[in-house]
Amino acid sequence: MYRSHILVCGGTGCTSSGSQAIIDKFNYELAKNGLENEVQVVKTGCHGLCALGPIAIVYPEGTFYSMIKVDDVEEIVTEHLLKGRVVTRLVYDETVKDDKITSIADTDFYRKQKRIALRNCGVINPEDIEEYIGTRGYEALGKVLTEMTPDEVVDTILASGLRGRGGAGFPTGRKWQLAKDLVKDGGQKYVCCNADEGDPGAFMDRSVLEGDPHALIEAMAIAGYAIGASQGYVYVRAEYPIAVRRLEIAIEQAHEYGLLGKDIFGTGFDFDIGIRLGAGAFVCGEETALMTSIEGNRGEPRPRPPFPAVKGLFERPTVLNNVETYANIPQIILNGVEWFTSMGTEKSKGTKVFALGGKINNTGLVEVPMGTTLREIVEEIGGGIPNGKKFKAAQTGGPSGGCISAENLDVPIDYDNLLAIGSMMGSGGLIVMDEDNCMVDIAKFFLQFTVDESCGKCTPCRIGTRRLLELLDKVTKGQATLEDIDKIEALCYYIKDNSLCGLGQTAPNPVLSTLRYFRDEYIAHVVDKKCPAGVCKDLLSFTIDKDKCIGCGMCAKQCPAGAISKTDYIAPGKKLPALTIDTAKCVKCGACIEKCKFGAIEKK
Amino acid sequence: MAKNIAIPFKGTAEQEALLRQVIAEHKSDKGALMPILQKAQEIYGYLPVEVQKIIATEMDISMEKVYGVVTFYSQFSLYPKGEYTISVCLGTACYVKGSGDIFDKLSEVLGIKGGETTPDGKFTLVDCRCIGACGLAPVLTVNDDVYGRLTVKDVEDIIAKYKG
Repeated sequence: MYRSHILVCGGTGCTSSGSQAIIDKFNYELAKNGLENEVQVVKTGCHGLCALGPIAIVYPEGTFYSMIKVDDVEEIVTEHLLKGRVVTRLVYDETVKDDKITSIADTDFYRKQKRIALRNCGVINPEDIEEYIGTRGYEALGKVLTEMTPDEVVDTILASGLRGRGGAGFPTGRKWQLAKDLVKDGGQKYVCCNADEGDPGAFMDRSVLEGDPHALIEAMAIAGYAIGASQGYVYVRAEYPIAVRRLEIAIEQAHEYGLLGKDIFGTGFDFDIGIRLGAGAFVCGEETALMTSIEGNRGEPRPRPPFPAVKGLFERPTVLNNVETYANIPQIILNGVEWFTSMGTEKSKGTKVFALGGKINNTGLVEVPMGTTLREIVEEIGGGIPNGKKFKAAQTGGPSGGCISAENLDVPIDYDNLLAIGSMMGSGGLIVMDEDNCMVDIAKFFLQFTVDESCGKCTPCRIGTRRLLELLDKVTKGQATLEDIDKIEALCYYIKDNSLCGLGQTAPNPVLSTLRYFRDEYIAHVVDKKCPAGVCKDLLSFTIDKDKCIGCGMCAKQCPAGAISKTDYIAPGKKLPALTIDTAKCVKCGACIEKCKFGAIEKK
Repeated sequence: MAKNIAIPFKGTAEQEALLRQVIAEHKSDKGALMPILQKAQEIYGYLPVEVQKIIATEMDISMEKVYGVVTFYSQFSLYPKGEYTISVCLGTACYVKGSGDIFDKLSEVLGIKGGETTPDGKFTLVDCRCIGACGLAPVLTVNDDVYGRLTVKDVEDIIAKYKG
């Protein structure tokens, strides 16, 4: 028995900021102080509050240390663990009220969250199957195999109203039912997991793989039993090395414990899982492309029908769900349909994980009941926008989604509401933008992404998105006309209607949604030849306010183009002549603005 | 420009033996081509035509099929990479926090464009999609080292560290 546990985050975010060195240092310091048998260091998955990484939580007190450095570890060990005095200067300040340490669960970041898919992330050691079993792990699989028929399993998932968390929100139970019933020839069927989390800014699936990999294994085995499959595949991005490693360990341990392989729980049910690594193709997140890739081909999508439930992987009936969807399954089996349907909105049950990123204080992972408003997520959980800037838009659904403007901040978030306001749930990336972000530039950014990632199989996507990007480029360079805006809109609808797969069909969404809510910005680029946010370089000009300039010359020293020179004008109360920028020479790098301490340089 | 000039293939007998062993192990798996190519790239660092030929012959599939798969996926490289690959995240979260400027600065300092390698074979500059460290945005990686919360000013220091 240990008297204390130190939970250190070993997710990608905290590992990137050096958490492994902190774990090593903790172990070293504990041994030095003879505490190694009293205090245990546990490397967990992600706690969600990535902005404050690296994170360590000391239990049983629940003291939440944030942004710790290797040099802080000695103090935590000698003060907190040896003498019982919390190192207040390192504690997350939201948990300190009136000089008392409060629970992390009461902070704005955690209070409104409901963690189902992420329930074990940051709580257990993902590399130890016994810790998973200790939180009722594999109990749902046992229940399914010994007490339920496949029909009952499918009916339970159907009744729960669970919808695919990967984007489109297709009812999961319906998928399972089709794969179970449509083909009954007794041949092989497959259970696949889409862990090719390609939407930039979305990392919830990675977090589950890193923090709770057994939940995925258990859920896939349940799906296998429900549809009559004995083989599963997890298709995971090669960009996620930690996730892949933990999944490999988990599969190995599940084998050792007889929870994967032949005759699971002595029930005669066989199930195994193989890992397939992606190789950097966004389109492989599309279900038919993903299966084509597992088969060892170019990951190009194929037309549907036939749907995967009839002819999927290796031309056999296949169920494909994403990681977060699977992570809900064991909980639904254990806690029942009523529990699950008590959360969420009428048509979207349960919770959704969002990856908060961009211009927001608490970047990280949050899981909230469906129906939570964007305002609650951004302002309360996310802690608002840094530097007192104004919220401009939130982007959901990655390159397939759209931007939500301030007027829709109070819309309850679920699948249908997001579609109605021109965005989509997508996998749950939620990027916040402030007044310094140009919406035309953002639309162009996403288009650049889809142009790069279009597989090239169908013409509307391959050529259409390229033409669309060229038109947007004209807008950001101030060369477009109002007719071009009409052309952009028409082309968007053409690409949507005629592309083969989801990538092309949704590629114009970022453009359409920004046109819908931020049309005035497009007009400003076209008519006034101005970028209101000051992002599009071709439309910017830098000027020095001659009355604010004290003539110190710091800007001129920085200027790489030699575009800044002295004038004859000395402002009242100043001693040196003001400077001026030669716009013909200026390369618009912005170095001068960064150096000027007097706010005398403006970009417009 | 150092980019993509024909570099003579310098594969060793040990590498080839390892490759043939990998192929023999995985050949009968369903959909084995991708895992084999991934292992091959681990062995050689890239996938030159000589390596693709061995794979095609050993797996008894056409060269066209192997080449088709290699060129489809961005992680497979037909050319050797530099000693250090600098990979700037241009995912959304990093982009809105200015990673585009960091990429431009690296390009300027190294004198190469994205996907190219410096003439001394030291640095390759690439952009990547989200590595999932959005809490640290903007981020870049140099091989396995991650640098986060960057500004344009950090670029030269990071390069200096590896120039050595």
